[in-house]
Order: sequence, then C-alpha cells, then structure tokens
Amino acid sequence: MEPLNKMVCPLVHIKPGERARMVGLRGGKWLVGRLTSLGFTPGVELTMVQNFGRGPLIVSVRDTRVALGRGEAAHIIVQRNGS
Amino acid sequence: MTNCHAPTTISDERQATRQESPLIALAGQPNMGKSTLFNLLTGLNQHVGNWPGKTVERREGGFSLDGKPVRIVDLPGTYSLTANSPEEVIAREFILREQPDVVVAVVSAANLERSLYLVAELISLPSPLVVALNMVDVAEHEGMHVDVDILQAALGVPVVPLVATRAQGVRELLEIIRQVLKGERALMPRIPEIRADHRQALQDISRIISGNVPAPYPTEWVALKLLEGDAELTRLMQRQLTAEKWDAVYQILVQHDDAQMAVASGRYEWVGRMIRAAVARPPIGQISLTERLDRWAAHPLWGLFILGLVLGAVFWVTFTIGSPIQNWLDTTLIGGLVSLADGALISAPSWIRSLITDGILGGVGSVLTFLPILAIFFAVFGLLEDIGYMARAAYVMDNFMHLMGLHGKSFLPLFLGFGCNVPAVIGSRVIDSEKARLLTILVTPFMPCTARMAVVAFIAAAFFGPYATIVSWGFVLLSILTLVLVGILLNRAIFKGQRSAFIMEMPLYHLPNWRTIGLLVWQRSLAFIQKAGTTILLISVIVWALSVLPNGDLNNSFLAILGRWIEPIGRIMGLDWRLTVALLTSFMAKENAIATLGVVFGNAQGVGLAQTLTSTFSHATALAFLSATMLFIPCAATMAVIHQETGSWRWTAFNIILMLVVSFVVSSAVYWIAVALGV
Repeated sequence: MEPLNKMVCPLVHIKPGERARMVGLRGGKWLVGRLTSLGFTPGVELTMVQNFGRGPLIVSVRDTRVALGRGEAAHIIVQRNGS
Repeated sequence: MTNCHAPTTISDERQATRQESPLIALAGQPNMGKSTLFNLLTGLNQHVGNWPGKTVERREGGFSLDGKPVRIVDLPGTYSLTANSPEEVIAREFILREQPDVVVAVVSAANLERSLYLVAELISLPSPLVVALNMVDVAEHEGMHVDVDILQAALGVPVVPLVATRAQGVRELLEIIRQVLKGERALMPRIPEIRADHRQALQDISRIISGNVPAPYPTEWVALKLLEGDAELTRLMQRQLTAEKWDAVYQILVQHDDAQMAVASGRYEWVGRMIRAAVARPPIGQISLTERLDRWAAHPLWGLFILGLVLGAVFWVTFTIGSPIQNWLDTTLIGGLVSLADGALISAPSWIRSLITDGILGGVGSVLTFLPILAIFFAVFGLLEDIGYMARAAYVMDNFMHLMGLHGKSFLPLFLGFGCNVPAVIGSRVIDSEKARLLTILVTPFMPCTARMAVVAFIAAAFFGPYATIVSWGFVLLSILTLVLVGILLNRAIFKGQRSAFIMEMPLYHLPNWRTIGLLVWQRSLAFIQKAGTTILLISVIVWALSVLPNGDLNNSFLAILGRWIEPIGRIMGLDWRLTVALLTSFMAKENAIATLGVVFGNAQGVGLAQTLTSTFSHATALAFLSATMLFIPCAATMAVIHQETGSWRWTAFNIILMLVVSFVVSSAVYWIAVALGV
C-alpha cells in the first residue's frame, strides 16, 4: 500500500487519462465560488484530459472540460484512484 | 421541503402593464445556446445596450404571443448566482427586482449536470421557472438520453426539449410560456436544501436577520448567500444590521466557514437526484469528437501551429476579399460622392463645400470604407467563436500571455484588435478579473489595426517597392513586440506582477449557426457605423475646422501652427511639420495620415503623392513615420471606448500619454538607427 501523502495530492500531479476523486479545495471565497459553480465540489470524480507538466491543464468534471492555470489546479486537492 | 412559493407582491401599476405586455427573462450558463434561442425568438427585433452603470452587454427584444407584445431580456450567461462577477449580480438583481412573469432557464442536455446547477439557484427565486432543455440532438449523438417527463416531475416545473440551432421545439416552448403566463400551469418547484450539518446555522441566521432584510430580497435566500460568503450581500447586511446582530451572524459564519462548499454540494446532490432519475448514460470510455480534435488544437506545440495557420487564413480571407472592396469604395463611391457634392454645392459658400467634401466625406466617409474589411473579419472571428475554437486559441496562448501577467482569455480581444481596436477594447469584457481587464485594455491600442495597415501599405509601397511586404510584416512584428514589452512593464510597475486566475470552460465543438454569426456581424457593424456617425463625425469636423481656420489655407491654419510649434519634437524622430501634422490628424482616424499628406502637398491621393513623398523624405524618415503611426495615440473612436470601458478619464489619459511616450521613443530609435546604418 502506498503512503497516504502519495494518494492525496494537488490536482496538478494527476497524469493525463488518470481519474481522481476531489477531496478538498483551498483558496479564497472568489476562487472557491468560481470552481464550485463549475462543478468542483468534494467527492466529485475528475478525469485529467491534458497535462503536460507545465502550462495550463484541462480536466473533465461533470461532463465539462475545464481549462485551469497551474496555480488554480494546485488549490484542488484530490485522492488518486488506487491502482 | 417547500413546495410552493409565497405569493409575491408587485405594484398594481406594474401588474396592469404586465397584463398588456408580459416580461420574460432568459437565464442560463455560457455555451448553452441561450443567445441562439434569444435570436430565434426575437429575430432582428432586439437591441443591444449596456446594463446601467455596468460594462456588461444587455440584450432586450420582443415578439408577440397571443397577439400581445412580450418583452424578453437576455440575462448575462452565468454559472451561478453568487456575486463572483458583475454578470451574476446583474442576473439575480434583475430577477428579484423586475420580477419577470416567467424565467426561462436554458440548459444543455449534453451538459445536464452542470447546467442544472444554475437551475438549482433559479428555482429558489420567486419568479415562475420554465426549463428549456437545449441540445437534445448533441446529447443523443453522445448516446445520452434524457427522459423529459421524469425530469419535469422531479423538478416540479415544465421542461421543454429543444434544438435551438434547428429551431425545433420553439413552438412548444412558447405554448408552455403562454400557459404559465395565464396561470393554467401549476408549478410545484422542488427546492434544493442545504446539507444537514448546516441546516441549523441557516435557520439561526434567517431568524437574526429577519425583519432587517431590505426588499426585494427573500430572507432565507439572503441567509443562504451569507453562508456562501457572497461579498455583495455580506456588505449589504453589515450595513442593515445593528452591530450586535451582525456580530451574532458573524459568529455563526465563522463556525461554518466550510458552508460555501456545503451549499454548493447540496445543490449538486439535488442535481444528482434529478440526473439519476431522468438520464440514461452510455458506458463511459467512448472518445468524443471534441476530445479527438483537442488532441491537436489544444496541444502546446501543434495547437500553436494550428493557431498560426488559422490566423494566417483569417488575414488572407479578410484582405483578399475585403481590400479590393475597400479600395473600390474609397475611390469610386467616396470619390464619386465628393465630385457629386462639389457639383451640387457649386453655388454654396466654399467653406460649406470644404466641410462636406474634406471634413465629412474625407473623415467619416473614409473611415466607413473599412466596414467591409471589418465585417469580413467579424464574420470569420464570429465563426471561430461559434464553433468553439476560440477557447482553444485562448488555451494555447495562455503560457505566452503569462509574460504580461495576463492569461489566455486576454488573447481573444487582442486578436480582435487586428480588425479594429474599438471592438477589441469592448471585447475585453470576457476577462473576469478587473486588473487583467484594465491591463488588456491599456495594451490593446498597440495592436496594428486595418486602418494603420492601410497607411503602412501605402508608404511602404512608395518607399520600399519590392520589399514592401517584408517592411509591412516588420511593422506588425514591431507593434506586437512593443505591446508585449509595455505589457510586461505595466504589469511589473502598476500591477506588482499579480496574476489573475485562469479558469475557462472548453465548450464542445459544434457546427456553426449562421444565424448567430450573421446577427453578430450585423450588430458589431451597426455599432461601428453608430460610432462613425457620432464620435468620429464630431472629431472629423473639429480637425477639419482646425485645418481651414482662420483663413482657409492649411499651410497657415491652426493645425499647421500647432504642427510647427511641436516640430522640434518631431525633428528628433526625423519628421518635419507636415509629417507631424499628418500624425496629429491620424488621431481622428489612422488612415487620415495619408489624406492629410495629400492636402499638405496639394496633391490628389495616388501615384502623384507617392512620388512627391519619396522625393521629399529619406527612407529613414519613412521608417520613423511608420513606427510613429503604428504606435501613436489611439484613434478618437478607440479613445472613446477606452473611457467607456474603464469608466475613468485618468486611465484614458494615462493610455494616451503612455502611447505618446512609446511612439516617440521607438520612432526616434528607429530613425537614428536607420540613419546610422545609412538606410
């Protein structure tokens, strides 16, 4: 079994095609408000669509593709689907 | 659970007019086809303006239902009704204050889960709700099936399936609206609840603020928004409540600082119940068309390559089709009108003739000849926007825009600036952060617009013959380079290197809707013509007056006096008073520079002027003049919209001074480098 800190990480570490469950969201009211209204709430299943390790990434949430800057994606905490 | 709303009070007077002319509000998230539906319902019977005091577009229209005129207002597209942006405040204020007789919520069957989130908010407001389930064709294509009857029963409000792009389902929607207006349709909306662990907090806040909530806000709604941390309503209630009461509310809010997410989660749980009941999903794993296209269009390398090709194609189409039309309009139509006016006004005083031919036709007329180029540019731009490509362009440009502390979304208005800076400045509205928007507006006038390119094309062809194309591209590059450098510096100096958040939906690609694009071109062109008829007309007449007063001779006019007065500055850039005056008159419209030179040298436009110029000025001077033209203060129309969009004379003045300084520095440098190199 992998240690916990590897299972729980910011969204930026998720690889393309990988799925993860959102567990938390840090940030100011504005950012949290924006992201929750787009579907980022705790418990939701996320699929990374594009992430080249630098630059913005695309993540699929509730059938919607959303482009996020890396700074914004770092605020979203996810749990990797253990495999 | 509440099953029906308390009856709302609305003034008798308003009720009387409402009977005659009901009010419908169209609400929905972005990319749901809301505008397509609005256009379908109203056709050309609509007008575009601004929401009072806001730089957000307001579209209102009308159609007739049962022989009665119906007013319909297209609310700004918003993801929620929490005060994250001016759009969200406008949408909810409109619904609460104007109390529309029906609110139509446009949702997408292909994106149902997220689009029902806004419905979860709308359904809690007092106005009757009808859900327009758009894009059922796209959903079916992706293998998803929505059972309308079940969804309708689950929501407790009517749901009408729709394919707005093919005008399917509109008659049914109108029939439902008619029934709701007549009260023939009983609505029993199911309202989402907050998560159980915050229910007590909600009740407590409601109790404390009860009696202190100003009209038209419902008490429980305000309590919920306070828990969500809504900035606008927090400020409002802080003012309304006694210090003691506010303190009590504040204590609860502090204890429930995770409430913001709990409220959203509650709404998504509600949405989830609706979806589970009504939607049959395909097994996951099939790759959609959007995903396949995005592997290329959103790729960090191929995406930029594709963007380059797209931009190239846009310019090619715009100029190969547009430029000949512009030329024809300029020589044949405007030229014809000038000689016609000359003939018709033969007995009129010469100053009237001059006013009409030089001032109005020469100023406004020559600006209007650019309309075909702009219309084609708007059409191609609108097409790219409509099929969903623009979000990809913004995405792949994000890294580059970071240089200036901006993000990808700012690329869209800047790109529009190639056509004309005026819609580009207005287009900056897509940017959600105030600072990023201001910075984008400030650098937009550095974008080389078609009018400036006309000047460059003329001068470059005269001076550099076979190398004219290379020289022209060089000036485009110079402008963009300057834009980026100024952007970096401004970001460091004024905005302290802050970067705004990049959060953008990537909509599904879809086939273009020609009606939507056509209306967009029509509205943008109309706005340009209106500007030409007002601001540009006024400035044209003023500059004309300065060029003929006091004694009708340009060489001794106020404008020439001004030109000679500032000639010492021009000299540093290698420009004499005539070129300086040409630069000054380009303030009213960039391409006026050529017209002014034509007047100063007493030549008609064309070969004669080109030859005179080449024999009078050195190549270094030509290069300096072109640099100055590209970077000189924004034209009058652009300046007017900069003021309109920033709402500040200070920033407008700052922008002018900034461009004066930049154009002076760059063109002086160009001149002296060119002289040193012996060009």
